Amino acid sequence: MDYFIELLCSGLTRGAIYALIALGYTMVYGIIGLINFAHGEIYMIGAFTAYIVATVLTIYGFPLLAIVVLAGLAAVVWSSAYGYTVERIAYKPLRHAPRLSPLISAIGMSIFLQNYVLLAQTPDFLPFPTLIPDFPFMEPIAHIIGSTDLVILLTTTIIMIALTVLIKGTKIGKAMRATAQDRTMAMLLGIDVNKIISATFIIGSALAAVGGLLIASHIGQINFSIGFLAGIKAFTAAVLGGIGSIPGAVLGALVLGLTESFATGYVSSDYEDVFAFSLLVIILIFKPSGLLGKAETKKV
Amino acid sequence: MKLIQSGKMVAAMALMLTFSAPIPAMSGDTIKIGVAGAHSGDLATYGLPTVNAAKLVVDQVNAKGGIKGKKIELLIEDDVCKPEVATNSATKLVSQGAEVIIGHICSGPTKAALPIYKNANILVISPSSTSPDLTYSGEYPNFFRTIAPDDTQAKVDVEFALNKLGFTKIALVHDKGDYGKGLAEFAKSFIEKSGKAQVVLFEGVTPGAVDYSAIVQKIKQKDAQAVIFGGYHPEASKIVSMMKKKRMTTAFISDDGVKVDTFISVAGADAEGAYASGPMDTTKNPLSIQAKDEHKKAFGTDPGSFFENAYAATLALVNAIDKAGSTDLAALKKVLQTEKVDTPLGSISFNEKGDAIGVGFSVYQVKDGKFIELK
Repeated sequence: MDYFIELLCSGLTRGAIYALIALGYTMVYGIIGLINFAHGEIYMIGAFTAYIVATVLTIYGFPLLAIVVLAGLAAVVWSSAYGYTVERIAYKPLRHAPRLSPLISAIGMSIFLQNYVLLAQTPDFLPFPTLIPDFPFMEPIAHIIGSTDLVILLTTTIIMIALTVLIKGTKIGKAMRATAQDRTMAMLLGIDVNKIISATFIIGSALAAVGGLLIASHIGQINFSIGFLAGIKAFTAAVLGGIGSIPGAVLGALVLGLTESFATGYVSSDYEDVFAFSLLVIILIFKPSGLLGKAETKKV
Repeated sequence: MKLIQSGKMVAAMALMLTFSAPIPAMSGDTIKIGVAGAHSGDLATYGLPTVNAAKLVVDQVNAKGGIKGKKIELLIEDDVCKPEVATNSATKLVSQGAEVIIGHICSGPTKAALPIYKNANILVISPSSTSPDLTYSGEYPNFFRTIAPDDTQAKVDVEFALNKLGFTKIALVHDKGDYGKGLAEFAKSFIEKSGKAQVVLFEGVTPGAVDYSAIVQKIKQKDAQAVIFGGYHPEASKIVSMMKKKRMTTAFISDDGVKVDTFISVAGADAEGAYASGPMDTTKNPLSIQAKDEHKKAFGTDPGSFFENAYAATLALVNAIDKAGSTDLAALKKVLQTEKVDTPLGSISFNEKGDAIGVGFSVYQVKDGKFIELK
């Protein structure tokens, strides 16, 4: 039973991280119908920014809390700037092009960003400073969940709630929902669609940056290629939950994280990915729109 | 177009002439040693240091008057690290009258060429072919090597875990790659053969995955006293960090893919106490320092991969020819197996299968942020 709970916790942690990245995919898809394959790289850039800022601040002897806040802030701002720029450079000019063109452009952007960081920084693995202190809990809890897992789960939950409030309760959220529903109609009603799209990219990138910071601190290392696998997994989670749906992305991410964790724990980690993707195929066969997605009849 | 093509042809022919062996001198005047391996193409960096090493040693021997009055002549043949080319190279060397062979460099070509040398009763010594089969299968009694076979590391790790540390429950984790999985599989068979310990877990992790806590939990759940990990440092550092986070005291033992400084810099304090096997430290060996200096003087650069192994192979070979007084296979084998030679790799001789004794791996442990060789 202990073992089950441990696996459950590690599955939830993993799912929470996937969720932070998956939200970016699903929001962008929901609003402009594009799979932003450069999103995993935004996550990576978030982690790198946090690394650089945290390292510099550590040298100047700042207290840990200040380092965490400043590094997090820098990661969020910098990643958002990247997300915004990527949209302006690679997707906006192709807004009315056939749907394949922005997709190729997204893949190009992903490869470009990876190589850019590879050249500008280093191809080596770098040690990421421990931003979330790792302190032991009391014994029965200690071997089930660590402080970093708890922080990741809590942060993700808070961000989910904030995002829901933003989408459901604010003016910009309303405008985002309207744009997602019908871009032309939203434009006719006086919504600045381009601004809303930029805002979506900025919010998605900020979430990815938080994910980057949390996971890098959790596993303690980064390099230029970490965005690739994380991005693929988060994208899978978004599709699993129904791409375009925000609660779907969270649900899909948790289901994916738990599947992987239990597959590792009870079967074999050799089959971790096999189980994850089998699950995806099965769900897509029986519910092609994903767990919480709405059926759509558009051609992709 | 035509012109360009014929220009290319001429260039190719010129290249072939440069790289091909010198025209055979009158037989009997010289001792002919064939040097075969990848000397062009993208694997040339593995083959060319061997040519340089052979040249350095042979030049010294010739400068001293050769062996029993006979000078040594090198026949250099490129196999591009391709088995199908290697059989051609081997045939060519044999027909040119090569009496012993240094090479080949890659395991595949070595395997392809060996039957040809075996039929011609020619001794072959490779500086870099690590496939265990080559010596273990017993099919090639004419084959020797100055590098430890792939499974040696697994053996070193397993023996260390069982005999030195006395563990009885061992988890084997690998990165699903050729190298890592191969090492884990060898370790598994050694543990099972020894009968001293139990393999409680044998699994692969996905390189680059965001989180390894599930597999680490499984290691804990299985009550393993040690993990033997086959793979490279990025995964290894994630696993040791996760183990420390879960306050596990399980020992971590790994291979030379982990015995790199990046492992320590990335895993930081979590790396303390981790074990990793790696090639024995030769940097303090005076012969090794001397060989590297010679290379620097002759070629102006630092030597590349397998240079020391090739230098050792040539030394052992020259010594054997000198002692045996001929290049007869049986006579050479006897000398190689019974007499020790001082080489940059240390003082070596060969076992009956053809593997060098004294070349191999030692276990290192991370202490105060450094790998310390455990004696």
